Amino acid sequence: MLRNSRSEILVALVLIAPFCAVYGLVFVYPTIKMLLLSVTDAPLIGPGEFVGLDNYTRLPGERRFNTALWNTTYFVILSVVPGTIVALLIALGVNRLSGRLQALVLALFFLPYILPVSVVYRLWDWTLNFQFGVAMHVLDWFSIPRIPVFKTTTWFMPAVAFVTIWWTAGFSILLFLAGLRAIPVEIYEAAALDNAGRWNTFRKITWPLLWPVTALVLTIQLILQLKIFDQVYLFSFGGRPNDTMVLVQYVYTRAFVSNQGGRAAAIAVTLFFIVIIVSVLQFQLLRLAGNSGKGDDK
Amino acid sequence: MTAANAGRWNLIGLSITLLTVFLAVLWAFPLYWGIVSSLKPENEVVRPYIELWPDTFTFEHYIFALTETEIGRWYINSIATAAGITILTVSTSMLCGYALSQLQFPGRKALYLLILASFMVPTQTLIINHFVLIANMGMLNSWAGIILPQLIHPVVIIVYKQFFDSVPKDFREAAVMDNASEFRILFKIYMPMNWGVTTALSIVVFIWSWNAFLWPFLAVTRTNMMTITVGITQVNDTFGISYASQLSAAVLAGLPVALAYLLFQRRVTQAITLSAGIKG
Repeated sequence: MLRNSRSEILVALVLIAPFCAVYGLVFVYPTIKMLLLSVTDAPLIGPGEFVGLDNYTRLPGERRFNTALWNTTYFVILSVVPGTIVALLIALGVNRLSGRLQALVLALFFLPYILPVSVVYRLWDWTLNFQFGVAMHVLDWFSIPRIPVFKTTTWFMPAVAFVTIWWTAGFSILLFLAGLRAIPVEIYEAAALDNAGRWNTFRKITWPLLWPVTALVLTIQLILQLKIFDQVYLFSFGGRPNDTMVLVQYVYTRAFVSNQGGRAAAIAVTLFFIVIIVSVLQFQLLRLAGNSGKGDDK
Repeated sequence: MTAANAGRWNLIGLSITLLTVFLAVLWAFPLYWGIVSSLKPENEVVRPYIELWPDTFTFEHYIFALTETEIGRWYINSIATAAGITILTVSTSMLCGYALSQLQFPGRKALYLLILASFMVPTQTLIINHFVLIANMGMLNSWAGIILPQLIHPVVIIVYKQFFDSVPKDFREAAVMDNASEFRILFKIYMPMNWGVTTALSIVVFIWSWNAFLWPFLAVTRTNMMTITVGITQVNDTFGISYASQLSAAVLAGLPVALAYLLFQRRVTQAITLSAGIKG
């Protein structure tokens, strides 16, 4: 480069300054403060005494923590893999269509993703309403007894997972469609010449070539769903929030309802590490599993 | 392939197509049902059977929501905060992405790694310290307080960096030969080239910010400072248990983002695939 490097450095510093200021203030600083807060008995706002790892060691014995941990895991199981499969199947169906019909059908599948969670909550709270919900009329047709979906512990998580899949599938569908379109047509033509069946074509061509996208969708979904709060919080209005509690909600309850900043921070730090460990593990696992499907370099 | 075989194939293909279209309609049904219900008078809404079309159309719930509740105020809060987040995020990310991509400076690698690492960090776990920070700065119940903690969108920087990386080096070298300043190169050459990316990213960041729930919900306690996304779930008294009123408020809250998507469908799709690291 002809430019003198001192002025280049100066320009670079000016360009990154605004971003670094923001990131330092609302990302790095709060992260460090959270770690420090988690080893004190401080209230939400105000000073506290150093208590070592007490806040952490008491977690496994707390009923609500165990409930929250289990519910979060359960929710992840119910939403990540099923959601990915649903999105893949829909993407395969949409990919067959063309022109205006494809655009229309894709828009119908994608629209929910664009909506705020509170709108999704209102729509499904209404659709699944015990007295007047349209879904309950459908149950009546088949003489299945009505279910107060969000008021029973058994049905709560599956229902929230179902609504979440409905809400977020559009995002995964878009990624799968982009992946499907990147597969060269010639490969399918060659397969057709070989008289390969529909299932074999999918298994031998589509699935392996699509694997990098599938792995990506799984990873994004997993990280997203571990952090679930909004839907669970909203749907548990008038239900049994202590039984349907998830981890972020427990952080919220400890900090903002019980005013225990230190103990809430310990839960937050635990979740923080769960997310990091799980996502690194999953990334490595998926890479291993996908080794055969490599080579799709767009 | 024999003719009979091909016929069977087309039949299967046709049924898959029909199934997809049917599922799409079913998928969007709750949206339709919510809108239709909000246009019925309250006594029709609670009828014990399904009516796909209202007997009597009424906008009374919308008129009620717009005149008797604080929804107008919430709209302003949502527009202001979402626009603030979008402008700040996109501008700081573009500048930083350019520096990361085109300039040599000490700490460049470290900064890039920090940004990549922040992808994994769940911002939801930072709510406690965001709250303490914003409270200490005296910014609870203010637009600035809603905006600040929501400026963490590392993906926008990465998209910009990748975009700038893909610009042929000749552009830059020619400009450097002409003795153009770095700022001139950025604003006169690189920025005009990426209007498409900037528009796409701005639209999705706006939609994400409009839809944000957890932080705006914590940062605001006064009803007149709520964003619409939070407001419609918090103020049950104003709507009572009138389902149609609640639904009309929900429709009003979702309408702007739904319209933004329908108008800029292509851009939204582009931004989403870009943000996931797939070239769209």
